Amino acid sequence: MMIHTENLTKQFNTVLAVDRLTLDIAEGEVFGFLGPNGAGKTTTVRMLTTLIGPTSGAATINGHQVGRDDQAIRRIVGILTESPGLYDNLSAEHNLHIYASLYEVADAAGQIEKYLRLFDLWERRFDPTATYSKGMKQKLAIARALLHEPRVLFLDEPTSGLDPEAARLVRESIAGLRKEGRTIFLCTHNLDEADRLCDRIGVFKTRMLVMDTPARLRSQLFGRRVVFHLRQADDAMAAAVARLPFVQAAQTVENKVLVTLDDPEVHNPDIVRALVGLGADVQFVGELRRSLEDVYLQLMKGSKE
Amino acid sequence: MNKIKTIIKKEWAEVFKNRWVLFSVIFMPLLMTAIPLVMLGVMRTDTSMEMDIDSGLDAGVPEAFRSFCPEDLSGSECFQVYMVSQFMLLFMITPLILPVNIAAYSIVGEKTTRSLEPLLATPITTMELLAGKNLAAVIPAVAATWLGFLIYAIGARLLIVSDKVVAALLNPLWWLGIIVGGPLLAILSVNFSLMVSSRVNDPRVAEQLSAVVIMPLMVLFFGQIAGFLILNTLLVIVLILLLIAVDALLVYLGVRLFQRETILTRWK
Ligand SMILES: Nc1ncnc2c1ncn2[C@@H]1O[C@H](COP(=O)(O)OP(=O)(O)OP(=O)(O)O)[C@@H](O)[C@H]1O
Ligand SMILES: [Mg+2]
Repeated sequence: MMIHTENLTKQFNTVLAVDRLTLDIAEGEVFGFLGPNGAGKTTTVRMLTTLIGPTSGAATINGHQVGRDDQAIRRIVGILTESPGLYDNLSAEHNLHIYASLYEVADAAGQIEKYLRLFDLWERRFDPTATYSKGMKQKLAIARALLHEPRVLFLDEPTSGLDPEAARLVRESIAGLRKEGRTIFLCTHNLDEADRLCDRIGVFKTRMLVMDTPARLRSQLFGRRVVFHLRQADDAMAAAVARLPFVQAAQTVENKVLVTLDDPEVHNPDIVRALVGLGADVQFVGELRRSLEDVYLQLMKGSKE
Repeated sequence: MNKIKTIIKKEWAEVFKNRWVLFSVIFMPLLMTAIPLVMLGVMRTDTSMEMDIDSGLDAGVPEAFRSFCPEDLSGSECFQVYMVSQFMLLFMITPLILPVNIAAYSIVGEKTTRSLEPLLATPITTMELLAGKNLAAVIPAVAATWLGFLIYAIGARLLIVSDKVVAALLNPLWWLGIIVGGPLLAILSVNFSLMVSSRVNDPRVAEQLSAVVIMPLMVLFFGQIAGFLILNTLLVIVLILLLIAVDALLVYLGVRLFQRETILTRWK
């Protein structure tokens, strides 16, 4: 396991920020850490990158124990912090040189050029970063996190505050890093982003609420939904379908019957038969995909109660 | 070592972009050098004209200082030594104030750019970071102090007629004060301002602290002018020993206080 935590907990005076987080992330995995403001995402990243100590519990990064082998962890970990934290008066190149030296990068000039070119900042490398746009700053901060070729990358909301174009660029570069086989821990509010980039998603709010692949999260939480388009639908048909033992719920919307059930591949034919038996003309049958947003909102609603 | 150097170079690149800091680093030592030199120049013209009122001038020198003057100095020569010595303490202001400016801006700079978090995520040790911040403020202050004193020493040679007065002015007491005391004062000042500016968010507030740091020096200064207190070798040595103790305490506290997590949450 690249990242392993066990009952990791952080308490700030009166605020319990992270409550007994237990987590395993394999090498090469992209893990989406999803949660509302104040959920404790940044706090978790800070603990895993040895910036703050846990109140209790334990964590290891590539076998190195947080709190004991901190220097070893810092060498193999790269972090994009919540705010880019660049030295505004200094040029992009100067910023990267400082970090290359702190990370003891062997071929500093080469690495700096590689990443400045990759993020399309090479032409502006001598300009003070104060003159950069938000997106450019974000890209430079990601470049800075990559200089020492870390095996694990922590990205704290990499696309927040960026316009769609800049956000797309950043997402594409994350997809590129994923292909290189790096382990990525991605904090985000953006569900679509998590859905597209991540192998696994954890929905977190002080505690881990659920954790699974994006596809399974959708079906697990809601069951699956199938829509039957009929020439003419009425409520009696929905009521009859709802009485079938394997159906969780059914309703009519215009000339469609919406059915929620666990296993459409097995039971759809039964439903079709039932509908035909009631005199319906079935035109199409299709599955409705839930967005991850529904999953998320549902969970947040649940965690408030 | 390399990482400390990186931090120092980074601090200088950042801090000296601030005009006020740059100005204070250049202007303050110049001023502190100019004052005693101008005094010397003025008195040279005075005494060459009125050599005969030795005894009158002599009366202006406090009894305690009289004994501090080498035996073979005339009354007016002793008066020169006395007057200029009054201003020697000005050389101590530079190592006290400059580090406050530099350290305050270097910490407030980290705060405003929020650059501390990525910095602390690198494999730099907390000691290396603190050493870098310390040296970045201490080195320019000490260099400026020493340079100022060197200019003063050369200027004094050129301005003063009497070798005996020069010898009395540039006695080991002052060399000791400047060469050993200067860095000690700078270390005191930078650690004090590291602690305070980590708690405030406005560089101006941090700077007003320089007033606090130079307070004891001002007590010495006015005490000396008022004649309560004469700086002699014994007193300077006692003060230096005191400084060493205070510095050691401050450095110890700094290392104890500034763990990564506290730096991150405090310098914010
Ligand atoms: N240094 C600190 N001292 C006290 N409380 C803190 C500190 N840092 C974070 N907290 C608290 O811990 C909780 C979690 O904060 P955290 O920044 O980890 O949330 P987050 O998930 O990153 O939120 P966001 O999406 O807004 O970035 C919050 O209630 C916050 O107020
Ligand atoms: Mg956060």
